[in-house]
Amino acid sequence: MSAGGTGSTGSTGGTASTSTGGTASTASTSTGRTPARAASRPGRDDSPDRLYTVTGGRSRTHSDAFDLVTLVVAESAPAPGMQSEHAAILRMCDYPVAVVEIAAELGLPVSITRILLADLLDTGRISARHPRAAPESAELPEPELLEQVLVGLRNL
Amino acid sequence: MASATSDQAPRTQRHLSRTADNGLKIVVVGGFGVGKTTLVRSVSEIRPLNTEETMTRAGEGVDELDRTSTKTATTVAFDFGRISVDDRTVLYLFGAPGQERFWFLWDRLFSGTLGAVVLVDTRRLADSWYAIDRLEHHGTPFVVARNDFGDASQHTDAQVREALDLPEHVPMITCDARDRESAKGVLIKLVQHLYALSTAARGSTHQ
Ligand SMILES: Nc1nc2c(ncn2[C@@H]2O[C@H](COP(=O)(O)OP(=O)(O)O)[C@@H](O)[C@H]2O)c(=O)[nH]1
Ligand SMILES: [Mg+2]
Repeated sequence: MSAGGTGSTGSTGGTASTSTGGTASTASTSTGRTPARAASRPGRDDSPDRLYTVTGGRSRTHSDAFDLVTLVVAESAPAPGMQSEHAAILRMCDYPVAVVEIAAELGLPVSITRILLADLLDTGRISARHPRAAPESAELPEPELLEQVLVGLRNL
Repeated sequence: MASATSDQAPRTQRHLSRTADNGLKIVVVGGFGVGKTTLVRSVSEIRPLNTEETMTRAGEGVDELDRTSTKTATTVAFDFGRISVDDRTVLYLFGAPGQERFWFLWDRLFSGTLGAVVLVDTRRLADSWYAIDRLEHHGTPFVVARNDFGDASQHTDAQVREALDLPEHVPMITCDARDRESAKGVLIKLVQHLYALSTAARGSTHQ
C-alpha cells in the first residue's frame, strides 16, 4: 500500500500555504469563501430548448420521489413508438441502475431524468427501489447498516 | 499525469446484483484539483461517470422554467463511482466541487447522504473553509482527508486543524488518493466515525 510515495513532480514546493493561525475562527463568517474560482466546468451544451423538448415542458409532479441513488428496474421492454429516452432507460435498466447513472448515460441533467422516470413509473414500466439509509426522523443510519458498509469496505 | 495511478486494477463490474435495493451516498468535497476524482476512481468498481444538475435560483428544476427565464439557471457538474457493499447495498461516491453554487443544490442532490469526506491539499487549505462551513451548517458528519502531494511532513496535524478551525471530534487522516488501500482507509475512517456517532446517538452502551 501507499507505494511510490512522491509522485508530485512539478509541485512548486512549499508555497507559504496557510496556517496563518489567526484566521482560525472561520465559524460562520468565513472570510475565506472560495474565491470565485471560475466555474470549473461549463456543463454540457444542452440548450434549455433541448431540455424543454425532452420533457415536453412537463413539470416535476412525481419526480421528487427519485433520489440520486434510487435504483430503477425495468418492468417491460421498450415499445415501438416510445420516446427514445424512455426506450433507452428501459434497455438500460434490465439490472438495477441508480438514477444518477441513468442521467450520466443519457447525458441529461438529473432533474430532467427524474421527469422521464416519473413518466415510466406512472405507466408501470419501471419499478423504483428507494434508499432507506436514514428514516426521515433519525439523523444517522442504524449502526447495523454502517457495520455492513464497513465489512463491505474492508473486503474491497 | 493520468498514468500516475499505482494500482488501478480496473475491477470493472458492469451491473449491480439483481437484488440490489438500497443505495447509499457519500460525498467527497474539495477544491479544484485536490484529488476528488482520483480518490473516487481508486475505489470505484466502475470508471467514474460524470453528470450534472441544473436549477433555477428559486430552487426549482429546470423543467419548470419558463423558457425565457433560463438565464437564472445554475448548473453544477459532479462525478461519481460506486462500490457494491453486498447483494443488496450499494454505495455511491460523489466527487463534488465545494464552490458556492454547488451548495445551492446540496439539499436536492445530497439530502440523506451518510456523510462527507473533505479532501484537502495542505498547500491550499483555504479552499476547504467554505465546504467545512457548509457541512457544519447542514449537520452532515464528515472527516478531513489530507491528500499527500509530497509535502505531508511540512505541516503537523495540529497545524492543519488549527488552520481549518477543526473541532477535536472531527477525525483527520492523511491519504494518497491514487492508492486504493489508502483511499479505502479514508472511507473506512468516515464510516467508523458515523458508526460511533450513530451508536452514541442511540444511547447504545455496548461497544
Ligand atoms: N502527488 C499526488 N497527486 C495526486 C494525488 N491525488 C491526485 N493527484 C493528482 O492531482 C491531479 C488532480 O486530481 P483530480 O482527482 O482530477 O482532482 P479533482 O479536481 O479534485 O477531481 C491529478 O493529476 C491527479 O493525478 C495524490 O495523492 N498525490
Ligand atoms: Mg474531478
